[in-house]
Amino acid sequence: MVFDTQVQELKYKALKEAARLAWQDQLLKGLLGASARLVPGPQPTMRCCIYKERAVMEERLRMAMGGDEDNENIIEVIKVACDECPVAGVRVTESCRGCIAHRCMNACPKGAISIVNHRAVVDQEKCVECGRCVSACPYSAIVKSARPCEKACKTGAIRMDENKKAAIDNSKCISCGACVYQCPFGAISDKSFILDCVDLVKQSQNNQAYQVFAIVAPSISSQFHHASVEQVVSGLKALGFYNVVETALGADMTAWREAQELAEKKFLTSSCCPAFVEYIHKFFPDMASHISHNLSPMAEIAKYIKRIHPGSKVVFIGPCTAKKAERRLPQVSELVDCVLTFEELQALFDSREIDLTALPGEALDNASYFGRVFARSGGLAVAVEQALKERGVEPEEFQLNAISCSGVEECRAALLRASRDMLPNNFIEGMACENGCIGGAGCITHGPKSKADVDQYGRQAMEKTIRDAIGILDF
Amino acid sequence: MTIQVCIGSSCHVRGSYEVKTIFEELIRQNGLEGQVALRPAFCLGVCGEGVGVRIDGQTLSGVTKENAADLFRQYVLKEG
Repeated sequence: MVFDTQVQELKYKALKEAARLAWQDQLLKGLLGASARLVPGPQPTMRCCIYKERAVMEERLRMAMGGDEDNENIIEVIKVACDECPVAGVRVTESCRGCIAHRCMNACPKGAISIVNHRAVVDQEKCVECGRCVSACPYSAIVKSARPCEKACKTGAIRMDENKKAAIDNSKCISCGACVYQCPFGAISDKSFILDCVDLVKQSQNNQAYQVFAIVAPSISSQFHHASVEQVVSGLKALGFYNVVETALGADMTAWREAQELAEKKFLTSSCCPAFVEYIHKFFPDMASHISHNLSPMAEIAKYIKRIHPGSKVVFIGPCTAKKAERRLPQVSELVDCVLTFEELQALFDSREIDLTALPGEALDNASYFGRVFARSGGLAVAVEQALKERGVEPEEFQLNAISCSGVEECRAALLRASRDMLPNNFIEGMACENGCIGGAGCITHGPKSKADVDQYGRQAMEKTIRDAIGILDF
Repeated sequence: MTIQVCIGSSCHVRGSYEVKTIFEELIRQNGLEGQVALRPAFCLGVCGEGVGVRIDGQTLSGVTKENAADLFRQYVLKEG
């Protein structure tokens, strides 16, 4: 299997089928019976019966076709797929030895634990799920369980509705997709715009009506393990894209501008990660004035492409569900025409039976090392430091003291301190996903080698400095 | 007159930057700044045979830092 989990594979099947039908102009007719083709049975393998499995698959097809138009959020709960995981909260297990120390009882700040028949008992009415008893028990006999979706969501946007199904509070959701990747039943999904992409390519009439560019995020280097990045480029051209451009070149441009803005303003939070930016707007609105005014690497390179190729269309392909939300921002919607994830790209390749391993490679080499390492936590800070150096900003004028935050919790901690004037750093690199973009919910795989893959890809860049990489653009 | 130099990856690794610099220099030397516009492009459709250059709609492939000056004379200055 090319994916991390079976859930991704199911999502992929729906995406691939929708795209396959769209390429052939058979969508309307082909959708009838699609779920039965994808889940042939006759015995159920995942749910209570084959009909439920097909009902869920129909919902996955709906998400593949853009989801619920009335729901503004990119992330949606597939209610029929939600298994209504029981929520026990804090629970005493069989391992309780009925000891006489009662550390659990003493640790509890709410008096929720009593000893009945020598064993600990939790009063659920009083328990606030702080977890102190869990840490206190020498036998690890007390466990705290939460729904995987709720545990994954670090902004507290997921709760249970009255039917015990997961529900997303859109006012708190930052579209990072953590819940999408973590739900073991695949009951939360990102809307897909794969059909928009098929339409863009088809209506270009082999790039004669307009040119369709694919811009690919640098985290591509940690994906498609069976093929090289160069073969992915060939694959994209086989799909009908006019050309492929590194989004990392946009990252070089962003780093260059961010360095200047930083030297002027003396304090900034990064603007590359759309989920981080959204997090600031929703949870630290007073800090929003410190968000860098630079476009993200995606928007930056798209803007450049549209300037030199007027009328062209740009499709971003990356690891990120939040980029789909970024695309809807007024200043970005004119620049980027469609956003796909790597998962969706895999489906797109397979919908046309394109075998990457059989293709010759084509170069993808414009960006510098620094643009490419944006894909992992810490990379942006390294790039901004380099840009300051290349711009000749003297330490007396401005000296970078960056903090790289990997994941929402680290972002929150840094923002909280900054909002109270207690952060010693002058630049917050915020990435909502753990480890940065390589941890994105739209990745095909997530592994311990992803960071090394990105760094190695960075070192392979022909251009060694940011100035060299962006120097070619300036004419 | 417009000269487009392809800076797409295939051409970039074959020396777009040098070709662009040579053209810039030749435009300056010949005092053509007002008449010849030099522009980048992300693909001119000759990937694999780069560097691609388009001069007033005519696409040239295989442009290198060695033959760029000759091609400039031939297609821009219309010599020989």
